[in-house]
Amino acid sequence: MTLDLSLLPSGGVQWLDASGEHSDIVLSTRIRLARNVEGYAFASRARDGERLRVLAQVRDAIPAATGSDDGVMLRVDEMEAGERLLLPERHLVSRELAGLDAQHPVRSGAAVFLARQSSIMINEEDHLRLQSLRSGFAVSEAFSEVEAIDREIGARVPYAYHPEFGYLTACPTNTGTGLRASVLIHLPGLVLTKEIGKVLAGLQQMGLTYRGLYGEGSEVVGNFFQMSNQTTLGRSEEELLDHLVRVVRHVVEREEESRRVLLRDAGYIIEDKLWRAYGTLRYARSLTFEEAMNFLSGVRLAVGLNLIAGLSVYTLNKLLIFSQSAHLAYTAGRALTENEANLARAKFVRKALEEEPDK
Amino acid sequence: MVCDVCKEGDVVIDLTQVEGAEVRHLRLCEKCAAERGVETSLVVPKQQVTELLQSVHQHMPAASDDAARCTFCSSTLRDFRSSGRLGCPHCYNAFEKSLRELLRRVHGNSRHVGHRYVPPSEGAVERSVTAGELRDRLQRAIESEQFEMAADIRDKLRGLE
Repeated sequence: MTLDLSLLPSGGVQWLDASGEHSDIVLSTRIRLARNVEGYAFASRARDGERLRVLAQVRDAIPAATGSDDGVMLRVDEMEAGERLLLPERHLVSRELAGLDAQHPVRSGAAVFLARQSSIMINEEDHLRLQSLRSGFAVSEAFSEVEAIDREIGARVPYAYHPEFGYLTACPTNTGTGLRASVLIHLPGLVLTKEIGKVLAGLQQMGLTYRGLYGEGSEVVGNFFQMSNQTTLGRSEEELLDHLVRVVRHVVEREEESRRVLLRDAGYIIEDKLWRAYGTLRYARSLTFEEAMNFLSGVRLAVGLNLIAGLSVYTLNKLLIFSQSAHLAYTAGRALTENEANLARAKFVRKALEEEPDK
Repeated sequence: MVCDVCKEGDVVIDLTQVEGAEVRHLRLCEKCAAERGVETSLVVPKQQVTELLQSVHQHMPAASDDAARCTFCSSTLRDFRSSGRLGCPHCYNAFEKSLRELLRRVHGNSRHVGHRYVPPSEGAVERSVTAGELRDRLQRAIESEQFEMAADIRDKLRGLE
């Protein structure tokens, strides 16, 4: 099977379009609901036949449930390793579904249904992970979308549900609502002013948790954080979301305040630092992924502070995704060594910045 | 603001400690926080969930449930302890007491108050246990050496065929 990402609705990256609220600080909002189908063992305990039956049952329900032909079903279990790597880089599926973690090789029946701004992972840790992914800070829009999909699928496929515990999931940390709402947020101001430690500690006291760019277990790179609710049981979906929105709004305000402080107290130092980041991206001949992420973080901050004009957040978002290793290999049409990837990355970034109007 | 302990360093963390009915606030600098084992640096809590589960398990009553097996998927609580994942929805009934306690510790509550699910009516979905499903369960029971359970499933399977 050869994966052609251009066939996906909007290439699967509509969320990069920088259209939502606070999109210079909040890149995206993702809401997912974990659901399991009654009558089968959970995906990691299930036998091949069970997972394939789950897949068939869900696949039959999808056209009526989503009410559109605008979607693509990808059998992740039939893809080659290099192709499977692309999907998590594009934030379309988790590393676990793609079978990239040593303890979770790809499972038979692993699949993903991708529509314009929503997706359904099948046979991940739970049978179903219904997701909506939006650009910017768009919690209520994302929730109404995923809620509608949930209602329609749930009317056709019987979910595992317990009157006391709610929706039953493989890991008890998701039991209840099965809801995890997360925002991908860029906080260079708080990192530079060293306020971030306080903010993150406060976040945990408020019942939220944070992760790196690629979800659970991933490192914080380029000052990007994913913030999400920690608990899923004992509060309604609306309460969980309201709480997250309130806390994230506060974090966004703190970030904006830090940026004002930086400009006021260290204006020329910051300006110099950010232009150097731009200069490196614009002219470097070799860039590691970490370097690219850190310089992109700087340029993103410069755009947010109006120090660099004429460069769109959309372009920066695209660079974030398309300068990753599997995407560079996909563009090159072959596997790349680390050195080759660093050269290809620098070339790709250079070209994208050249195409933007003069600074 | 200066640290409550050394009265020198800048405060980086506001620690709230609850002991019984007593609540104490402590504002600490990075050094004093580190001495008290409070994490201030930017490390992603990698194993947060797993660690949480493990710490909860240690506090769980030496479970009489331990040897109990889920009759649907043949998993035990011990399996859950080592993998952090339950085997199937029926495990929630099989290990109800232990799980209620665990859910309370993880979420502060064990009662779902969110959306109530109304399953599709019988007519809307064709849902009877198929021979294939029973064969999967039979295989799993045999692999985990649950021969009595396997015999039951085999009888059901014969009935179906």
